[in-house]
Amino acid sequence: MNKLSLWGLFGLVIRRDLMLAMRRRADVLTTLIFFVIVVSLFPLAVGSEMDMLRKMAPGVVWVAALLASMLSLGRMFSADYLDGTLEQMLLVPQSLSILVLGKIVAHWMLSGLPLVLMAPVLGLQFDMSGQALLVLVFSLLIGTPVLSMIGAFGAALTLGLRGGGVLVSLLVLPLCIPVLIFGTGAVTAVTGGVSAASNLSLLGAFLLMSLLFTPWVSAHALRISME
Amino acid sequence: MLEVTGLACMRGEQQLFAGLDFKLTGGELLQVQGENGRGKTTLLRTLCGFIQPLAGDIKWQGKPVRELGEEYYADLIYLGHLNAIKDELSALENLRINSEFCGCPISDSVAKSVLRRMGLRGRETFPVKLLSQGQRRRVALARLLVNKAPLWILDEPLTALDVGAVGLMQELIGEHLHNKGIVIFTTHQPLEVAGVETRRLTLS
Repeated sequence: MNKLSLWGLFGLVIRRDLMLAMRRRADVLTTLIFFVIVVSLFPLAVGSEMDMLRKMAPGVVWVAALLASMLSLGRMFSADYLDGTLEQMLLVPQSLSILVLGKIVAHWMLSGLPLVLMAPVLGLQFDMSGQALLVLVFSLLIGTPVLSMIGAFGAALTLGLRGGGVLVSLLVLPLCIPVLIFGTGAVTAVTGGVSAASNLSLLGAFLLMSLLFTPWVSAHALRISME
Repeated sequence: MLEVTGLACMRGEQQLFAGLDFKLTGGELLQVQGENGRGKTTLLRTLCGFIQPLAGDIKWQGKPVRELGEEYYADLIYLGHLNAIKDELSALENLRINSEFCGCPISDSVAKSVLRRMGLRGRETFPVKLLSQGQRRRVALARLLVNKAPLWILDEPLTALDVGAVGLMQELIGEHLHNKGIVIFTTHQPLEVAGVETRRLTLS
């Protein structure tokens, strides 16, 4: 019997999830629009004092990115759970962790990556300097995959529960605090004239750690949820 | 060969069955019977490894399925109550993705001929959400034709199927048994395969 290779499975899951998302574009757009609106509300509400806006910009963008990624977490496994395809995925004769990693990467490409690309445009509303924008985008680029990975774990644990959407936010948001701190810290550092390297390195460390553990833990959580 | 010894299962506080023993070799057909809520689906899901049994062993080719893991999954097709097909995709895309997942990718033309055999001629490229319940079930059942796994575990395969499709299922199961496959299924409709004696297991 020919067996699916690890990379084959990884690619297949990403391809499948992207294909499904292209058939349901509204889902991807709502996350992005939510992000844009939340970030844009702040200058309107707080007023146009440039100094203050510049100071709060990294925090606002990062919190909005965090909330936007929570919004899309519910979709990571629940659609597949409801139509039975998740059951079949557990029976795939290959590592479930890799399958989960594929789903996480696809989720990030659909919910995290658009935010990263949109962030510099939004940063302009806050009169951020070029260098600060660059660091902001870079910190989001390293940080948003971590959000997807921690989120996958939460989504897998709360699968099939009533009110799972709220529960997953309560579960995942506290775990995302370090990412938030070092993500905004990197931008604040660079605007304060210090190097952002230490903050970014710590974010990178988070990324590697979650890359190692979350697919495996989420796979276990999925098996428990399917009992 | 599938060997089950002393299997017991709980769902919540309720013990569904205990001390279940059976042994199936290639070419055998087992129908699990019982009233609603007797644990037919639980038994099938336990055999697939979704549910941990309370007690007892499930062995495939002489080895416990827990240890075999992925090797066991490669030999197994499970068809549950849910069709496990994506509404947004067409029957063709669904079938091709499903076959890739089980490690036996098929070409467009093979997939089309399989769908035709399932009676879906002309519906191959429609999004599945436009198909009727029976047609969706046919798309789900088409998986049986592209995978070479010897063990079929089918939970109510005949739901929503018309007379013609039931006949086709009998034919497919007959072929599979002829190729030394094993089929375990539940159904409330009569399903007889010519030339094969159906073994029955009643949960009560």
